Amino acid sequence: MKLTQTHVDYWNKNLRLTAVLLAIWFVATFVVIWFARPLAEIKFFGWPFSFYMAAQGSLIVYVAIIGYYAIAMRKNDRDHGVHEGEED
Amino acid sequence: MAVTQKSFTQQLKKYYSFYTGGFVAFVVLLAIAEQMGVPIKWIGYAFLLFTVVLYAGIGIMSRTLEVSEYYVAGRRVPALFNGMATGADWMSAASFIGMAGTLYLSGFDGLAFIMGWTGGYVLVALLLAPYLRKFGQFTIPDFLGARYGGNLPRIIGIIAAIIASFTYVVAQIYGVGLITSRFTGLEFGIGVFVGLAGILVCSFLGGMKAVTWTQVAQYIILIIAYMIPVVWLSVKHTGVPVPQLVYGTVLEKVTEREKVLTADKGEQEVRTIFADRSKAADEKLKGLPASYQAGKDELSKKVEDLKAASAPPADIDAAEKALKAYPADADAAKKAWTAEKGLAARANPPRPHATPFPGKDEKARDTARLNFIGIVFCMMIGTASLPHILMRYYTTPSVQEARVSVFWSLFFIFLLYFTAPALAVLAKYDVYTLVVGSKFSELPAWVNAWQAVDKSLLSITDINKDGIVQLAEIVIGGDLIVLATPEIAGLPYVISGMVAAGGLAAALSTADGLLLTMANALSHDLYYKIINPKASPAVRITVSKVLLLGVAIVAAYVTSLKPGNILFLVGAAFSIAASAFFPALVLGVFWKRTSKIGAVVGMLTGLGVCLYYMVHTYPVFIQWFGTTPIQKWFGLEPISAGMFGVPAGFLAMVIVSLITPAPDQATQELVDHVRYPNLEGDIDTTAT
Repeated sequence: MKLTQTHVDYWNKNLRLTAVLLAIWFVATFVVIWFARPLAEIKFFGWPFSFYMAAQGSLIVYVAIIGYYAIAMRKNDRDHGVHEGEED
Repeated sequence: MAVTQKSFTQQLKKYYSFYTGGFVAFVVLLAIAEQMGVPIKWIGYAFLLFTVVLYAGIGIMSRTLEVSEYYVAGRRVPALFNGMATGADWMSAASFIGMAGTLYLSGFDGLAFIMGWTGGYVLVALLLAPYLRKFGQFTIPDFLGARYGGNLPRIIGIIAAIIASFTYVVAQIYGVGLITSRFTGLEFGIGVFVGLAGILVCSFLGGMKAVTWTQVAQYIILIIAYMIPVVWLSVKHTGVPVPQLVYGTVLEKVTEREKVLTADKGEQEVRTIFADRSKAADEKLKGLPASYQAGKDELSKKVEDLKAASAPPADIDAAEKALKAYPADADAAKKAWTAEKGLAARANPPRPHATPFPGKDEKARDTARLNFIGIVFCMMIGTASLPHILMRYYTTPSVQEARVSVFWSLFFIFLLYFTAPALAVLAKYDVYTLVVGSKFSELPAWVNAWQAVDKSLLSITDINKDGIVQLAEIVIGGDLIVLATPEIAGLPYVISGMVAAGGLAAALSTADGLLLTMANALSHDLYYKIINPKASPAVRITVSKVLLLGVAIVAAYVTSLKPGNILFLVGAAFSIAASAFFPALVLGVFWKRTSKIGAVVGMLTGLGVCLYYMVHTYPVFIQWFGTTPIQKWFGLEPISAGMFGVPAGFLAMVIVSLITPAPDQATQELVDHVRYPNLEGDIDTTAT
């Protein structure tokens, strides 16, 4: 089994996507927590901003990250010819 | 195959729609029965019996003798349904009953669990699920065994899977026993074993296949049961039926109210009383053993004096009672006074709900922040390492379905987790405005009802004898919030029964997933892969079932001994799983250079560091194992031991891999195999 250039491209693209999404995940989680005290001064529809993020905002970001990854990788699979047989 | 899979999905949608309709109709019927005067005790029974019989029915219908159905539900669970099953598998009694209570009691700091238990799915989606699905075997030790070769990595995997799952399952069975005993009046120990029967009917005959389909059913019940009371409460306070969008304004009111209560005269009076009592107890403790006799003499003398002065009989009576209530010996006195000293905690003003990391000085606040990060980190990495969750992604029909399935998993979990903080705030608003400040003679009915049920869940005593409830006079157990919400919202009893059924569904579904994980690790990995690779499918399934029964009984026995704090047990399971599995799984896919010896040393290091920290810092473990306590590193709590275990594991794995020979060609090909959903001339690792 020899990997072609297309295969290498596929994997690199996957790595880049994974890295970017993990960076977003990191910011939405740990950066928000680190600055939670100053961020609490900002009001967001009644919530202090850091409370909103920890209780809801970051969670929405997580769901979006996973959704985006599933869609983007579906395309990546097809573009590089490594997709599985037709699904329903 | 494509056509059958499609019609299979359609069929499932039809079945579960019918099922949901049937459940709603059942609730409506019971509501009518309640209005007609059927005793509420029977309504509680009806809920528990009906739901357990239902799960048993699904379990029996899903019975199977085929290996791949038993271990991975035949790999045909559609993404949406696998998402629901993962949701139920994931959300335990701690999430369903305990979460909102933890948030009520600890405010912002409790949100660490909300973030940790959802954000971990990002790691599952990006780093693990699609690759494990492509690998396509039965268990997590399977992957370790294949990627790193030989039995050693597999055995370490088996051991870690069992330690983590066992710690976790004890917490679940505890939850099952609690609910069963509360709603049927059985003793806790018996409740545990009755609940266990409920767990086994779901998994015994059909393994993963049966567990999957009951978990979908359990998810539907638990989410309905969680949402209805909260929505109702929200309509009551805000007029909007979407609590998650509007509780910001309620939170503002709670914060206002906290300021008022902090400055309130009556509140301060009560807090001073507690502070004084704590101080007095502390002095008596320091004076032991002499203070014991002195106190006793003083009380006896008072009785004598009153009698000598022929005081009114009521006074003499009171003095005699006080003497009688005095601790029997110095040891009992020590215990009683230590408890009394603990009242200092109640001398504090209300904890500001919306403020991150409240603390008396900068250092305390920074330690609180570090512990928040520690919990988030361990819960996230633990999520991405717990075998009973990862196993679920073996059951989808394809790699793409596995990716989509993680999305649905988190979506269904998100529904409950973004509701819990709203519930905590709404319930707090109710307590702060309706209960606090009311007269003792005019308490809401639900307060009296719950005080009668269990003092540890709710107790209100008039400390300063002014006839008015002060916040400082209320003691609330976290579990009360979810259990009492229907009554706080003024809903009929039938909804309380439904909430109990929801809690039971949450505990049963998680317990099932965990027991199956342990039984599979022993039957598939240990027995079939190591001891007897020639075993026939029938023997393998039989062995698995016997082990399932055995593990379940041992777990129930340990639970009936009531070990420690539930939330800690759950947290410990996450830290353990994270330290042992995460580095080996992720590097196994993303770094071809990871060698067998590197993996073994890394896993042992991670697990070792994590366990070492726990048994030397957690008081219960120190007592059990007789270890010497150590200073907490950076002030980090034992629940976050993974904060040290995971980096240690990674570090050891990388260093040792670099100084040992690279993996052979076959292993490199295996890594390529799992990285690509479909390759020409690919090897096949699908297990049968």
